[in-house]
Amino acid sequence: MSVDPRDRGGPAQPLLAVNGLVKHFPVKGRGLLGRGGVVRAVDGVDFTLLKGETLGVVGESGCGKSTTARLLMQLIRPDRGEIVFDGEQLGAGLDLRSYRAQVQMVFQDSYASLNPRLTIGDSIAFGPRVHGVAAGKAMARAHDLLARVGLEPARFAGRYPHELSGGQRQRVNIARALALEPRLVILDEAVSALDKSVEAQVLNLLLDLKAEFGLTYIFISHDLNVVRFMVDRVMVMYLGKVAEIGARDAIFATPGHPYTAALLASMPKMDPAHRTMEAPLSGDPPNPINPPSGCRFHPRCAMAEAVCASDVPALGGVRPGQVAACFAGQPGSGHSRAAAA
Amino acid sequence: MTAATVTLPAAAVARSPGYWSGVARRLMRDPVAMAALAVIVALVLMAILAPYLAPNDPSKGMMLRRLKPIGFAGFPLGTDELGRDMLSRLIYGARLSLLMGVTPVPIAFVIGAAIGITAGYVGGLPNTLIMRTVDIFYAFPSVLLAVALSGALGAGLTNALVSLTLVFVPPIARVAESVTTQVRNLDYVDAARASGAGAFTIVRVHVLGNVLGPVFVYATSLVSVSMILASGLSFLGLGVRPPEPEWGLMLNTLRTAIYTQPMVAALPGVMIFITSVAFNMFSDGLRGAMDVKS
Amino acid sequence: MLIYAVKRLVYMLPVAVGVSIVCFLLVHIAPGDPLTAVLPSDASAELQAQMRAVYGFDRPLPVQYGLWAWRVLHGDFGASIATGRPVATELANAVVNSLILAAVATCIGFFFGTLFGVVAGYFRGSLIDRLCSTLSVLGVSVPHYWLGMVLVIVFSVELGWLPATGGGPGGSAGRSFDWAYLQYLLLPAITMSVIPMGIVARTLRALVGDILNQEFINALGAKGLEHRGIFRHVVKNAAPTAFAVMGLQLGYLLGGSILIETVFAWPGTGFLLNAAIFQRDLPLLQGTILVLALFFVGVNLVVDIVQTSVDPRMQRA
Repeated sequence: MSVDPRDRGGPAQPLLAVNGLVKHFPVKGRGLLGRGGVVRAVDGVDFTLLKGETLGVVGESGCGKSTTARLLMQLIRPDRGEIVFDGEQLGAGLDLRSYRAQVQMVFQDSYASLNPRLTIGDSIAFGPRVHGVAAGKAMARAHDLLARVGLEPARFAGRYPHELSGGQRQRVNIARALALEPRLVILDEAVSALDKSVEAQVLNLLLDLKAEFGLTYIFISHDLNVVRFMVDRVMVMYLGKVAEIGARDAIFATPGHPYTAALLASMPKMDPAHRTMEAPLSGDPPNPINPPSGCRFHPRCAMAEAVCASDVPALGGVRPGQVAACFAGQPGSGHSRAAAA
Repeated sequence: MTAATVTLPAAAVARSPGYWSGVARRLMRDPVAMAALAVIVALVLMAILAPYLAPNDPSKGMMLRRLKPIGFAGFPLGTDELGRDMLSRLIYGARLSLLMGVTPVPIAFVIGAAIGITAGYVGGLPNTLIMRTVDIFYAFPSVLLAVALSGALGAGLTNALVSLTLVFVPPIARVAESVTTQVRNLDYVDAARASGAGAFTIVRVHVLGNVLGPVFVYATSLVSVSMILASGLSFLGLGVRPPEPEWGLMLNTLRTAIYTQPMVAALPGVMIFITSVAFNMFSDGLRGAMDVKS
Repeated sequence: MLIYAVKRLVYMLPVAVGVSIVCFLLVHIAPGDPLTAVLPSDASAELQAQMRAVYGFDRPLPVQYGLWAWRVLHGDFGASIATGRPVATELANAVVNSLILAAVATCIGFFFGTLFGVVAGYFRGSLIDRLCSTLSVLGVSVPHYWLGMVLVIVFSVELGWLPATGGGPGGSAGRSFDWAYLQYLLLPAITMSVIPMGIVARTLRALVGDILNQEFINALGAKGLEHRGIFRHVVKNAAPTAFAVMGLQLGYLLGGSILIETVFAWPGTGFLLNAAIFQRDLPLLQGTILVLALFFVGVNLVVDIVQTSVDPRMQRA
């Protein structure tokens, strides 16, 4: 991997550091005066992303994964929180336009994320055109990228999105995201809508592209098998908060948060001998408008104790490279399973 | 980019037929829409070529040959209450009738689409303010608003055009706003924002192309209404002034003739009817041709 | 439900105020001074200024609007310039005449529109369907003032069955609901009914088609329900929408009746408007348009509330 001239702090400096990211959405009330609550979609998320790694983000639907992605992409403005990209704070040292040239996103719905009235080539060339690349050069780059994602430019560049299959469209979306030569690509359920066979091809393509262009990925998915295949580290989210972050193997082998453990237990197993019959997670996630007090997972947690309902757990070390927001693993927390201080 | 460069000349790229050529192809296969289009083209040609088509001077009357029946020698469609040739007046009438009936819609389309797209893309408080104002004008029945405005402004071609345009701006703005709001929330607009494009570029490249089509179809369906309303204003004496030949006005001045020459008196209405039906059917065909479920 | 009704009402209030502002401004977009119609052209400057003060035209526009709106709220629409009588008096009789015409027209249009629409939707794709669809296209495309003339030519001039114009045997004074009166009402009502007929037919055709495609109708068929039983379900499900369309059309017809009332010299609001326009009787024009537009706004509100109370799924955000 050649050294990117845009690299500022060297490999040791995180590519992305997110501190205290918060986004609440107002909800329309039923009352006459329209006084409603707020959905705490993202409620204080911190994490760092190293250069060249792939961070998986997992959790049930409604946990704030996609909102986090849109906040990182600045498609919606966060209420609070800072984003530091390669040592520069967004909005202070780094302006939005140059940030967006370095961070790109691939959406879940391959059809809705392509303008139906533009040819594939024009869609891919749009980004470079916006950043001042001449039309001919932008189209040449679009053709390069089409070839790179496995779609013959002569055949596909002049076509419209509805003429392509879902897998082909998602390849186009990947090419479109790469057209601005980004350093970070956010993949928001990018393969979730694809058939299993197509999914595997696209995943391999993503891995190849990552190696070739020296990319860093944020890989959002609800499919733990895919996450296990793709990522270096995993971040587990629950109701707008981070439940656990850690290296992939550590998380999958020894989860530090009971929610992570429950998610893992609900994974479909290939081996019939290890299939579980009981549902490890019962019920729906609680309403994010009025989230539970204390640890938000405590109403569904088998290990919940008084402290879990009263205090909010912070992320604490489980073992090197793995932190979880659970009192049970934090010495001195007052939880019976935790060691005394 | 480190990948091998495979620059292709533009001509080597197989280009699929665009959306609009598909619409045109489907429209051509619709016999009703094509027949309607033929009628519209014929009416427009009639208006343009009126001096060559009309057998007589449309403004020269003669008291001696007032209200002659259809088939009268030299006057195939008879004469009006001032002895003017009906056929020539109907042919010349296409000019003002089409001008009055058709032009308000494209003008209202431009204004209404601009208002609706702005409101829909900007959203929030500006949207609320703009759309509530539009709602006020929408709260009037169209005939009443047209009559109220031209009644207050006074008779005349320009005033009638202004009134009719104002009648059609609110409904077009409403449709444009709702389509824009839908499009704005699609992922490809987000993707365009993510690529760092400004609002103006996004509207131009990604919003207009997807919004103008449906709004245009809606606007074409208003042409038929506009024809009836425009001639209606003339019929009330609020449009063009006599002795200009215009179908609605002719219908008005011939009203007293229904006892003597009923067939002749009804002729201008037939022209309005034909025009209105043609535009309506063409608009229906266009809507069908643009409605692709793929 | 009550909360929803109040919400709609609160939402309608600014629209109603906006409508009244538009009506108020009508007088001010009119060319020339609103006083020229009242004053002799050789009136002295002093007299003009005096009259201006009397009518309040010397005050700023928002104040004028406030005063005008206050009077209107108390039923005072000013006096007609042409007749000198209060606009409210002129309006009262005309509104009743227009309402009668619009209501009868709506009923006729609704009856035949429903008939055509339901039959066309029930036998979708058949010859009857195509015939009904063509009729409804013609219905919405026809210049109704011309249709009125044609009906007069056929039924009054040629056949001599019905009177051509007028508001009844006793002029605009008396209304007696007998055959002599109905004779006058029939032609304008039939003419006017063509407008809602086409729209009702189109709406119902689509609606019935949708209902027939729904699962539960198929299930009823599978249960061996007779045609008549299925038909009853269709009617039950289509009725709320049909009545909503009917209500809106009534409001629309009342506001849009000027052309037909002119053709038939029907002594309603349209006739009043026509007179107001040609005598440049701006207070009368303003008052008539305000009443008609507010009626339309009110009908919209009532239809919306009634419809949601029948079918709560219709609630608008």
